[in-house]
Amino acid sequence: MEAVKYIHEQLTVNKEIPTFKAGDNVTVNYKIIEGAKERIQSFKGDVLKRQGTGFTATFTVRKISDGIGVERVFPLFSPNIDSIVLNKTGRVRRAKLFYLRERFGKSARIKEKKQVQK
Amino acid sequence: MKGIIGKKIGMTSVFEPNGKQTAVTIIEAGPCVVLQKKSVDTDGYDALQIGFGEAKEKNTPKALLNHFAKANATPKAVVKELRNCSIDKQVGESLTCEIFTEGEKVNVVGISKGKGFQGVVKRHGFSGVGEASHGQHDRQRAPGSIGGSSYPSRVFKGMRMAGRMGGDQVKVKALRVVKVFADKNYILVTGSVPGHNGSIVLIQN
Repeated sequence: MEAVKYIHEQLTVNKEIPTFKAGDNVTVNYKIIEGAKERIQSFKGDVLKRQGTGFTATFTVRKISDGIGVERVFPLFSPNIDSIVLNKTGRVRRAKLFYLRERFGKSARIKEKKQVQK
Repeated sequence: MKGIIGKKIGMTSVFEPNGKQTAVTIIEAGPCVVLQKKSVDTDGYDALQIGFGEAKEKNTPKALLNHFAKANATPKAVVKELRNCSIDKQVGESLTCEIFTEGEKVNVVGISKGKGFQGVVKRHGFSGVGEASHGQHDRQRAPGSIGGSSYPSRVFKGMRMAGRMGGDQVKVKALRVVKVFADKNYILVTGSVPGHNGSIVLIQN
């Protein structure tokens, strides 16, 4: 395990990643390389799950695009992720929100977690 | 040909410069010591004998101890020969993972994981016999016929059947070297490598 850790410390570019979990609404700004050109595409949706540990962890984002549910899996430490913006923290009672796949409209909403003002 | 003995550490995945995620195996390769140089004149063939890993002196036979002493080396756990080796090293010199560079294609030889007694479907890739329905049962993973009855009236030698699987020497070819960490003796190669973590492998090309 030390070897795996050492290799990732050498190879993975450490970026600032906001702490988020399943149920949060995030915008992932993803770099897309088209030939020589590079542009940024954003993908906004709810985090369905976070999977894995360490430098190979991934997370799944689900959004409804033109009435069709779209899910995308992003490697958390991918160099192609430009930035991750946390829009809303959701109040959910599960770590994996697969039940959202069977729902649409009102019942697929996630309540926002209100932050207590200190 | 050049080569080095190593120990399989485990697998992970790394991001390549183009952003693609690649599965890699970490191998702790070397440092090895050149123990003997064999030549056509003296031994009948050209080879470089290298040793890897530390062994206890009390567990090493006297004959081997003196063999190691000739190269001024401590007792080694693994000794292998590289036929027709292109590495130009003298006896006693050490061999590190730096003989390989990034982007190079290598072959990795190791002993595959033991699978125990396995049937023909897993061991030889048979498809099994028959269907699940139409009155059939117990035939889904069966080998089928193993030969004729009146002729040849026997089973041919080498007929593929169930038996012990794994624990064989396997060579995986054309793995790409992703990265070499000279300070820790780590080599990253793409894909998987035979054997369990901690097993001895030979990297060569």
